[in-house]
Amino acid sequence: MTFIHSTLGHLGRGTITTVRELGRVAIFSCHATLLIFTYPLKLRRIVEHLYFIGVKSVLVVSLTAFFTGMVLGLQGYYTLSKFGSEGLLGSAVALSLIRELGPVLTALMVTGRAGSSIAANIGAMRISEQIDALDTMDINPTKFLVAPRIAAAIISLPFLTAIFDLVGIFGGYISGVIMLGVNPGIFFSGIETSVGFNDIFGGLVKPLFFGFVIASISCYRGFNCNHLKPGVKGSEAVSLATTSSVVIISVIVLVLDYILTAFLI
Amino acid sequence: MNEPYIQFKNVTKRFKQLKVLDDISFDIERGKITTLIGRSGMGKSVIFKHIIGLLEADSGEIILDGRRLSDIKHRDRRKLKSRMGYLFQNLALFDAMTIFDNIALPLREKTNLSENEIKEKVNDKLEKLEIIDTANKYPSEISGGMNKRVGLARALIMDPEIVLFDEPTTGLDPIRKNAVHSMISHMQKKFNFTAIIISHEIPDVLYISHKILMLDNGKILVDNPPDELEKITNPIVTEFIQGVETLKDDMTGLQNKKAIANKFEETVNQMTTHCKFSLIIFKINALDEINENLGFIFGQKIIQHMANQIGEFLPCSCHNSRYSDDMLVTLLPDAGIEEAQNCLNKFSASIKKCPDLPPQGYKPMQYSVSAGVAEEKRCGTIEDAMTPALKEMNMIGEFTLNSN
Repeated sequence: MTFIHSTLGHLGRGTITTVRELGRVAIFSCHATLLIFTYPLKLRRIVEHLYFIGVKSVLVVSLTAFFTGMVLGLQGYYTLSKFGSEGLLGSAVALSLIRELGPVLTALMVTGRAGSSIAANIGAMRISEQIDALDTMDINPTKFLVAPRIAAAIISLPFLTAIFDLVGIFGGYISGVIMLGVNPGIFFSGIETSVGFNDIFGGLVKPLFFGFVIASISCYRGFNCNHLKPGVKGSEAVSLATTSSVVIISVIVLVLDYILTAFLI
Repeated sequence: MNEPYIQFKNVTKRFKQLKVLDDISFDIERGKITTLIGRSGMGKSVIFKHIIGLLEADSGEIILDGRRLSDIKHRDRRKLKSRMGYLFQNLALFDAMTIFDNIALPLREKTNLSENEIKEKVNDKLEKLEIIDTANKYPSEISGGMNKRVGLARALIMDPEIVLFDEPTTGLDPIRKNAVHSMISHMQKKFNFTAIIISHEIPDVLYISHKILMLDNGKILVDNPPDELEKITNPIVTEFIQGVETLKDDMTGLQNKKAIANKFEETVNQMTTHCKFSLIIFKINALDEINENLGFIFGQKIIQHMANQIGEFLPCSCHNSRYSDDMLVTLLPDAGIEEAQNCLNKFSASIKKCPDLPPQGYKPMQYSVSAGVAEEKRCGTIEDAMTPALKEMNMIGEFTLNSN
C-alpha cells in the first residue's frame, strides 16, 4: 500500500512539475515572441543571430544532407531494384527528404550546433550576473537576448531545410545516378512528377515550428539554469542547461514532427 | 535635515532558513555618499539587490523617493531602474562585447544618441579612467583593475541619480584605489547623485563618506557619520574596524588621518617633556580640476609626488600624514612656530613639480601648493590645532603641467 502511495505521489509530483514547467516555457516563449515586434525593433541583433544560427550552420547541415541523400540513394536503389522500380529512386529520395528527413534532421543538427550554444551562452550570462546587469540598466533581458534568437531561428530554419533538401537530393544523385547507374533523366523526371506544392509547403512549414522550439527552449533553459535542479548552481547548472536543452528539443522536434505531419498530410 | 531618498523600514529577508536581513531600518540621504561596511556574507549585496529591484523583501517596506517599491507598477519600476547605476562585485561585464561596446550598451539601448555622440561620451569616460587603449579589447584580455574601471565607466555612463558601488576598489593598486575613491567623490559632488558603497577599505572610504552603515548578522549596528565611528563602543563594531583598519596610507606610504590624530594626542599628553610642537598643513589646490581634466589617476600621482617630497625634504623626526584627499599634515615635535616656518621656507625653495606627464592632447594646466603653520597650545584636538594654519595658508609653489 505504501509503495502504491509513494509511486502515485511521485508520479503526481512529476506530472505537476512537468505541466508547470511547460506553462512557464509557453509564457516565456510567447512573451519573447511578442517582444520581437515591440519598438524598438532590434533588426541588427536579429541579423547577428541569423549569421550565427543560419549561416554558420550551413556547412554542418550540408554535410549531413549530402550523406543522408547518398544513403537514401543507396538504400533506395537496392530496395527498389528488388521490384524492378529503380526509376522511382529520384522521387523516393526527394519525397523522403522534403517531407520528413529534411526538416527533422536540419532541426536536430541546428539543435546540436546552435541550440546547445545558445543555452550555454545564456546560462553563462546568468551565472556571471550579466543578465542581472542588463536588468539593472533597464534593458529588458528577454527582448535583448531571447527575442532576436527566436526570430533568427524561425527565419533561418526554413532556409537551412531548403539547403538540406537540395544537397540531399544531390547526394542521392551521386550515389544513385553516378555510382549505381540510374538514368539521370528518369531520376529527375521522377522528382518533378512526384513532388507537389503541398510537399514543399509542408516541408517548409515544419521548420518554422522547429526553429521556434529550438530557440525558445534553449533560451529558457539557459535563462533559468540556476533553478533547473535544486542545489545545482554555477558551471554545473550551465552544463545541465546545455545537455538537457539538447535532449528536450530533440524529443520535442520528433513529437512535433508527428503532430504536424498528421495535420499537413 | 536632508530628506531621505531611500528608506528601509523593518525589512526582513530570508533565504530558506537563513535570515539575511532581520527587521532592519535605515535611511539613505539624497545627494550623499553612504558606505555599507560589515563582514563578508552579512547581506550587504542583498540590500543593494533590494534597492535595484532584483530581490523583494519578505516583510517591511522599502521607500524610494517617497514611493513604496512594492506599490510601484512594473513599468514604472523599469523607469526607476534607468535612474540607477550599479557596479557589480564581480563586474558582470559582457564578455562577448568589446570594452567600448560594454560601456556604450546602455546609451545604445536606452537613448536616441547618434553613434558619434555615443562615441564621444564613451571615449570621454575611457580617457578619464585612463583605459582608452583598451576600447577595442575584450574583458578577458585586460587586467582585473582595468575591468574594474570599465565597470565603473558603465555604471556612470547614464549619469544616474543613484549609484550603487559593490566593492569598487577590491583588487586595485593603491594609486588606482585612491583614484576610484576620488572619482566617486568628485562625480558625486559634480552630479549630486546619491551613492551607496559597499567597501572594506577603512579608513580610505571614510574620507569620502557622509554616513556609515554597518551590517552584522542581519542587523544594522552602525548608522552614524564617519567622524562618530570611533565613539562607538559596541565590541563587534570595534573589533571589525580594528581588523580592517590600517594606520598607513597605502598610496603615499605616509600615516593616515587616524594615525596622525593618535600621534597628536600622544604628543599633547607628553607636553610636560615636549614643551612645544608645531604642525604644517600642505594643500594641493585645483586638484578637482586636475582630476576632471587630466584624469583621477594623474591627480593621485601629484599627491604621491608631493608626499614623496615631504618625506624627502622635511626632517626625519617629523610625522608626515595624508589627512584628506588633497591635504597633507606634518607634525613637528619639539619645534616652535619659527622653526616650523623655517622648515617650510626651506621646503618651499626645494619643491618641484610632479615629473609625470599628463596624458597627451590636453591643454596645459596649472596647479599650486599652499601651506600654513601653527603651534600647538594645548587646545585639544588636531582639528582645533589645524584651524589657525588653515586660516593663514600661503602659496608655496605654482606649476604648469604640459603633456610634452
